[in-house]
Amino acid sequence: MAEIKPRISVEYAEKATIVSFTDENILEERDIKALQDSIMSVVEQTERIKLILDFGNVQFLSSAVLGLLIRLSKRIYEHDGQLKLCNITPKIFEIFKITRLTKTFDIYKDVESAVEDLSQAN
Amino acid sequence: MVSKAPISSTIVVESRPSAIEKVCEHILSKLKANGFDKDDVFAVHLALEEAFLNAVKHGNKMDPTKEVKIDYSVGLDKVEISVTDEGEGFEPEAVADPRFGESLYKPGGRGLLLINSYMDIVKFTEQGNGLYMVRYKEKPPLIKRVDQTKV
Repeated sequence: MAEIKPRISVEYAEKATIVSFTDENILEERDIKALQDSIMSVVEQTERIKLILDFGNVQFLSSAVLGLLIRLSKRIYEHDGQLKLCNITPKIFEIFKITRLTKTFDIYKDVESAVEDLSQAN
Repeated sequence: MVSKAPISSTIVVESRPSAIEKVCEHILSKLKANGFDKDDVFAVHLALEEAFLNAVKHGNKMDPTKEVKIDYSVGLDKVEISVTDEGEGFEPEAVADPRFGESLYKPGGRGLLLINSYMDIVKFTEQGNGLYMVRYKEKPPLIKRVDQTKV
C-alpha cells in the first residue's frame, strides 16, 4: 500500500485503483485542497482510471467535499475513466441523498462489490 | 451538566475557515450537556460549518481582517444559532437549487440546501448577511390532534 500525504491511502485490486480517505472529518478548505491534489495526482498517473473512493473512515464531511467529488468525476469521465464510491456511513449517505448526488455517483456497499462491478463491466 | 435556562452567548471570530473548529466544539458541547442526541449534534455541526463557511467565503470574501459573529442559545428543547458576516448580503432565492439541471454538476450551492434540510427553521436577515437557524430536540407536530370523541 502506497501512502500519499496523510490524507489518503492507495491500493490496487485487479484493474481498479482504490483510494481510501484516512481522516474521520473532512472539513477544512486546505484539507480539501490537499485531498484534491492527492487524488488528482493518482488520477493523472493512470489512463482511463477505474477509481474506487472508500469512505469507510469518514464520519463527517462538508459540502465542499461534494464539490471536490464533482470536479473529480468530471475529470475522470472526460478521460473515459470510471468512478465508484463505497463504504459510506448512513449519516453521510443522507447528505448524498439530500443533495441528489445519489443520482450522479455510483455508490456501492463496500470495496468488494465496487471491484466486482468494475470487473464484470470489462 | 443539564441547564434548565437556555445557555446563551455571543462569539466573534476572525474570518478564517479554520476558526469554526473551536466554535463548533464549544456549542456542540452545550448540546451534548443538554441531552441532544447524536443526530441533533451531527445536524447542528453540519449546518454551523456550512453557515460559517458561507459567511467567510461569500460574505466576507475570504478577507481575514473581517469577522464573523455567532450568537447562540442552547435550551432543553431547542438550539438557536445566528451567524452574521460583514458582507453586503445576498438573496437566498437567487441561489440555484443544486439538485436540478446543470446545477447538479456544478460544485457550489449545496451548503444552503444542507442547512435548510438539517435545521427546522432557517431565516435570513433583511440585509442578507445574517442567518438565523433553529433545531428542535423533539419536532413539533405538523397538525394538532383533535379528540373527535369530544366534538
